[in-house]
Amino acid sequence: MDALWDLLRHVHDAYGVNLVHFYDGFERGRLLRGIWTTVKLAAVCIAFSILIGIVGAWLQTSRQRILKAAVKVYIQFFRNTPPLVQMYFFYFALGPQMPRVVNDFGVPQPMFGSFEWAVLSLSFFAGAFNVEIFRSGVEAVQKATVEAADSLGLSRWQIYRYVVLPLAVRICLPALNNNLVNLAKTTTQAYAIAVPETLFVASQIWSDRINVLEMMVTLLTFYLLLVGVFVWAMTRLERRLRVPGFGQ
Amino acid sequence: MTTGSVPAPRLTPRWFATAALLCCAALAAGEAGAQLQAAGSRPGVLATLWKWTPLVLFGPPREFGGFALNIAVSFLAMAIGTLAGLVLGLGLVSTLAPVRRLSWLVTQFFRNSPWLVLLFFVMLLTPFQLRIAGVAIPLPGWLKATVGLSLPIMANVAEIVRGAVNSIPTGQWESAESLAFSRLQTLWRIILPQCVKRMIPPWMNWYAILTMATPLISIVGVNDAMTLTQDALAAEQRSELLIPMYTLLLFFFFVYCYPIARWTIQLERRYAVRN
Repeated sequence: MDALWDLLRHVHDAYGVNLVHFYDGFERGRLLRGIWTTVKLAAVCIAFSILIGIVGAWLQTSRQRILKAAVKVYIQFFRNTPPLVQMYFFYFALGPQMPRVVNDFGVPQPMFGSFEWAVLSLSFFAGAFNVEIFRSGVEAVQKATVEAADSLGLSRWQIYRYVVLPLAVRICLPALNNNLVNLAKTTTQAYAIAVPETLFVASQIWSDRINVLEMMVTLLTFYLLLVGVFVWAMTRLERRLRVPGFGQ
Repeated sequence: MTTGSVPAPRLTPRWFATAALLCCAALAAGEAGAQLQAAGSRPGVLATLWKWTPLVLFGPPREFGGFALNIAVSFLAMAIGTLAGLVLGLGLVSTLAPVRRLSWLVTQFFRNSPWLVLLFFVMLLTPFQLRIAGVAIPLPGWLKATVGLSLPIMANVAEIVRGAVNSIPTGQWESAESLAFSRLQTLWRIILPQCVKRMIPPWMNWYAILTMATPLISIVGVNDAMTLTQDALAAEQRSELLIPMYTLLLFFFFVYCYPIARWTIQLERRYAVRN
């Protein structure tokens, strides 16, 4: 490894290609922590947004008119407003209204930091799309299957949990993947509320070390790799979970 | 496809009413708080919102900015992205393998990069002015931001074009060939005219996505509605204004984007391939 860093240092000195974020231990540490934050942010948001999608789709099958309407308003609101403004709304408008808690040093601090607000706003944003996606999956499940489950004496929740949802997820997986990839890319917006994720850290490094072009190329490569690995994994999952008897 | 009168987009007034009601509730809450706090000296929340609305919508006097700039940027970026995307999309269905592969690479690159990163890329790595034959042409920030936003649109429009061209039955190509049309003629006179209808709904969907991405340009320092809202809040220094001001901004975008979304769904249904 050290030989590689030396080589990169030599490249900087000899050719002016400044890859300081690789060979300098401090910058490398910053960048790696940023990447870790991005991965964590994406993973937590994906988990929460899927949860919101499942619960939302369940509520939409409910007989309660008000619940259905509430889910509909939620979907339309979050789908038709800019995610960045949503994030600002959560962080700057709702943030100050939250109660303050005393931390370990005895200093009062906001209940949620910028990371938590980013998780909340991005999960609600992607969750609105997930509700629609899961609903389309639920609707695609054959009626006869549901009736069969009903005749076996399963409750409404049991039918949803054990029969409808497993099939629905497999049907709507391609659409879900698309939305989750989009969510992973949207995590860069957390830059705006100073979550130390990859883009934020990268911008700090290129301001400190004046290596905008090199840092930018690294940044783009990282995101393409991240999205590439994610798409690859999800495509494999899609193939594993394919419902037999549909398509070619 | 049956020809019928175009149904007017159903805007379902119920949702507008709900949205308006929510806004009013937020405003009323803010108003009540303001009445309690203010010793009669400061104007109420509604009055303050009204005062800043022209700024947020149209920017500072004698300057172009605000929500109008967001819309202008979205139009321009969509126009650039669509033109470039058409060319790239035709590259994706080219018979020349190198052209096809290169177009595929460009498409994948711009589809899979985050918008904000592309925006930074264009903002920071293009010069602030161009010098052509001794004439300096300034490149203002909003123009660069527009180009930055049009890049992902270009890649996605290219994918739409490819999808639409591939959805035309092979028989159409074959019959055109048997009528001695050249490949270019076939594309231009037979295939693409049939693609337009299929491309419109996804294209409109991307327009809505683009419009909702325009506040990103506030991060790179353009005077759009987002920036001006924050400026107004900074000028007022009143915490009870935070929720109403941001709600107002969300409301502007909602009022613009929601009808587009409804209309897109309508067109999708109308143009759906029946089988």
